[in-house]
Amino acid sequence: MISARNKTRLLKALLIFLGLVPFWLLLYAMLTDQLGANAIQTLHFRLGDWALRFLLLGLALTPIKIITQQAWPLRYRRILGLLAFFYASLHVLVYVALDLSWSWTAFIDEVSKSPYILLGLLTYVLLVPLAITSTKAMQKRLARRWLVLHSLVYVAALTACLHYLWLVKLDISQPLLYLGLLGILLAVRVDRFNRNRSVGRLKH
Amino acid sequence: MNRLINKQSNALSAEITDKDVFNARRAFIKSTAMLSAGLLLPSLGQAQTELNDKLVITAREHVTNYTNYYEFSTNKQDATKLAKPLKTKPWRVEISGEIDKPGFYHLDDLLKANTIEERIYRFRCVEAWSMVVPWLGFPLAQMLARFQPNSRAKFVEFTTLYDPEVMVGQHSSILNWPYVEGLRMDEAMHPLTILATGMYGEDLPNQNGAPLRLIVPWKYGFKSIKAIVKIHFRETMPDTAWHKSAPREYGFYANVNPEVSHPRWSQSRERVLGSSIFTPKRATELFNGYGQQVASLYTGMDLTQSI
Repeated sequence: MISARNKTRLLKALLIFLGLVPFWLLLYAMLTDQLGANAIQTLHFRLGDWALRFLLLGLALTPIKIITQQAWPLRYRRILGLLAFFYASLHVLVYVALDLSWSWTAFIDEVSKSPYILLGLLTYVLLVPLAITSTKAMQKRLARRWLVLHSLVYVAALTACLHYLWLVKLDISQPLLYLGLLGILLAVRVDRFNRNRSVGRLKH
Repeated sequence: MNRLINKQSNALSAEITDKDVFNARRAFIKSTAMLSAGLLLPSLGQAQTELNDKLVITAREHVTNYTNYYEFSTNKQDATKLAKPLKTKPWRVEISGEIDKPGFYHLDDLLKANTIEERIYRFRCVEAWSMVVPWLGFPLAQMLARFQPNSRAKFVEFTTLYDPEVMVGQHSSILNWPYVEGLRMDEAMHPLTILATGMYGEDLPNQNGAPLRLIVPWKYGFKSIKAIVKIHFRETMPDTAWHKSAPREYGFYANVNPEVSHPRWSQSRERVLGSSIFTPKRATELFNGYGQQVASLYTGMDLTQSI
């Protein structure tokens, strides 16, 4: 029999494995020249997609916890958050290293003309401290402040969606879908917050 | 796979050309362009040869699998498959407005009067990517002259087919269908402006605008309207599809200009399709590199205002 602890460990390993599948597939497509006519953009966009997906998946755990009334979903929050950060880092790296070829002038030119790039960079800057403080030790050390700091993830998810919405040429259905999902995930929290408050009031 | 080059054209109808012969001939055409074209059209011929030296033709598979054809899909790969059911034969083109002989014409009849030639042009999309395509076509001026536009004809308006049953993207109202584009008369009559019926020595694939599309190499790609069913001569400037959709972002002129950025992104550089992932972007040129031939069309115009 597998103990509960080992089961969690196994599931975590499985989650990491599955979470990295898009990375390996993209790497394979890149090495075998299957990214199509605009390889860098395809790579860049797909990495961005996965960063946003994992960010939203991470934010879906609390609603799952609320609905199932079980604590287990929260155990996988760190992994999903770090996967989001991993893909976001590659997304930024591909932009700077491949799209801009490390050109500082190109960077200044593009960022000054594209507010959505600035918003994307802001999103990444918000995610960096969250990734750094994602360890158990940091969580303990920061105590209550950790929760405050990590509520930045809501801001980052919103700016990530807006970054996407802003860059699309015409067909905004995809970014609106992500924005809608984020709205639902946040609404569940607000709803719970309001209920808890009213329950609190009744007790008095 | 051998195919007839442009069956309906008189000029090439007798030539069955395989890829190797085609490529060899293209190299020959390029190397003799200065001489042959130079004799006929000195300025055009020379300038084009200069450009051709820098033009590396994009792999055909990239050009056929990376299209902005919103009539079918906003996804550049999906349009390849979705455009397959489009029936391009027979094809009718309405020619109307300020001309002597308005009416509906069979494309085959329209093409008979024109000699198909190859033009290797850089094509620059407003999305900051570019490709180099060997088009088959003929100067638009050749055809327009036949219809004798009167003095009120100041603009030419082109319209794409509207057929939501086949063009499934037209069910969505992202753009104002049918797609409309336009040129000022002098732009339309410019020798670089062509109507294309083929590319890479073959008929145009559906997703690339078959059976008849416009190519205006010094303007952003969205000006080069696909699957044309109507050519209308008019006195006033037509309101074009992208301008209607986002007037602040897409103007009537849409001349390639690295100095005038799109409201949301820079136009200083472009990704060359098919280049290796370690190749830096190429610097975008004013009028997409065709300034020598076309800049005079816009003397006295403020290019930062007339976008």
